[in-house]
Amino acid sequence: MAGARVIPLHDPERDAARRSRHVEVVPEPEQQQSATPDWERRLTDLLAFARRRIAGDYRIDEFGFDRDLTENVLMPPLKPLYEKWFRVETIGLNNIPLAGGALIVANHSGTVPLDALMTAYGIASEHPAHRPLRGLGADLVFRTPLLGALARKGGQTLACNADAERLLSSGELVGVWPEGFKGIGKPFKDRYKLQRFGRGGFVSAALKTGVPIIPVSIVGAEEIYPMIGDIKALARLLGFPYFPVTPFFPLLGPLGAIPLPSKWYIEFGEPIRTDVFGENAADDPMLVFNLTDQVRETIQQTLYRLLTQRRNVFLG
Amino acid sequence: MTPKVVLVTGVSRFLGGHLAARFAANPDIERVLGVDTEPPPRDLLRRMGRAEFVRADIRNPLISKVISTANVDTVVHASVTASPAGPTGRTVMKEMNVIGTMQLLAACQKSPKVQKLVVKSTSAVYGSSSRDPAVFTEDMGPKDLPSSGYAKDAVEVEGYVRGFGRRRPDVNVTTLRFTNFIGPRIDTVLTRYFALPVVPTVLGYDARVQLLHSEDALAVLERATLHNLPGVYNVGGDGVLLLSQAIRRAGRLNLPVPSAAVPTVGGFFRSARLVDFSPDQMRFLNWGRVVDTTLLRKEFGFTPRWTTQQAFDDYVNGRGLKPLIDPETVGAAERTILEAAARFR
Repeated sequence: MAGARVIPLHDPERDAARRSRHVEVVPEPEQQQSATPDWERRLTDLLAFARRRIAGDYRIDEFGFDRDLTENVLMPPLKPLYEKWFRVETIGLNNIPLAGGALIVANHSGTVPLDALMTAYGIASEHPAHRPLRGLGADLVFRTPLLGALARKGGQTLACNADAERLLSSGELVGVWPEGFKGIGKPFKDRYKLQRFGRGGFVSAALKTGVPIIPVSIVGAEEIYPMIGDIKALARLLGFPYFPVTPFFPLLGPLGAIPLPSKWYIEFGEPIRTDVFGENAADDPMLVFNLTDQVRETIQQTLYRLLTQRRNVFLG
Repeated sequence: MTPKVVLVTGVSRFLGGHLAARFAANPDIERVLGVDTEPPPRDLLRRMGRAEFVRADIRNPLISKVISTANVDTVVHASVTASPAGPTGRTVMKEMNVIGTMQLLAACQKSPKVQKLVVKSTSAVYGSSSRDPAVFTEDMGPKDLPSSGYAKDAVEVEGYVRGFGRRRPDVNVTTLRFTNFIGPRIDTVLTRYFALPVVPTVLGYDARVQLLHSEDALAVLERATLHNLPGVYNVGGDGVLLLSQAIRRAGRLNLPVPSAAVPTVGGFFRSARLVDFSPDQMRFLNWGRVVDTTLLRKEFGFTPRWTTQQAFDDYVNGRGLKPLIDPETVGAAERTILEAAARFR
């Protein structure tokens, strides 16, 4: 009260009166809030979204990322998959900076790239800054009608150094899966064995832009579609990198396309700094190889550790 | 260095004509010559004021005589065009673009008075494919060399311009790679396309489109002519529109056509003389194209006044395109539903 007298902005008596009235009123707004139900607020949001879409009143960035669409349409369907089906647990999310460029490097598995979607959803929903993950995808993704357009709207772009450096230098959080199709389409018997890490293009992009590399280890994705065979002829016919055979697909048809409900862990490791190597570090192939190996080893060791801690594939 | 005698090619079209008009209004320039195969439309001719029109074909060696006798010191080559003059005009267009440029450059090389060459090129030289990076910088090349049409013309034109630059190192050569033009006054394939009531697109693709307001394009060409700014520059507005988004902003309806049916539909629109898309422009509708304009800002010293979105909105308003679904109706429907919902509370 002494403070109120020193800076007499409000009449103390009236303030007190208001406060007492406020106390009385407190239950009322709560009642009103339950009376302005959640569904109505959601309806308002939905209608506003529909109006924006009809009028074309939204912004996309130069890579084609449509934030409005991603947050309202593309992300919500992943929620039940993330929370109920795979029961994803994230570890070390605080290793992702709140702002500024960073490169997320993760292992890739599961026949269908659900691991990339789950990582993106995990960061968007659980990281304090709710950052969108800008994934770098294979050429095949962008060549495919519908999928390619959707991937761009969801913030993905082609895996090439020009795009990676552009995203990183503009302060985005970029995700790469350097194993590519070798990782995602490997047979079940090779599960959790990291494949070759490309040519280290992601390391040179990080070195050029001086952003930290965050190694990410994903456990659980290997078991969603255990790939026990690969029909090469059919894959070649359809232009796919592989045609998977799982215990249930194509045997059970569309039913076989339901992923097994394994329990997932996504661990974000300690950031590896790349801004300590000086100006032309990206031109030093030995450094690039060493860093690539370091990232790869970190992910592999973390995978082994997570696997020894896991007691059951489905219960965790 | 302000040029004394400027020669502008392609003056019977929008850009060349209005550019000549701007130079004619500039008292520092002594003489403005406009060249084209056909005379400009009457209103354009009136705007061009004191500019002299020379009816000449740049494919003809006559152009050499014009350049040397008039003591031309600056040549603005703005006639490289994407719009053929009718259904059979493709071959003629290619000849005008490529052979015309060769003749013009040969004439420039012969004349020692020529000090500066400004070439209107296009960002189509980067091609358009799924394997391209999202944003092109000036040092990038196309993944698939455009095999036909305007894009190939432009690649060849740029090749000849580079050759000219090597043979005449004393001439300042500015090559401007423009994105697609839009604006209330300019007439291009794209402005006709968006004016269709139902706009056909390719099913499963959504191109990223970067546009440049035609007034900005004129300003860039003018700046390149009046100052010494040699080099290759991308020119485009800030920001990007998706094709589907642009169609919505124009209030049109989007008609997705399966890829297999695209040639048929394209043929229909061509024969109906509505819109004539060449194969490379069709590819543009699949993938789109975005260029980096850092050099334009930093080195060329120009920032477009209109962003892509503003330029497009200016085109929509300027053309008086009436949306098929009135935004008022949408807003009213939204309010009605919310009021109804409030009653259920």
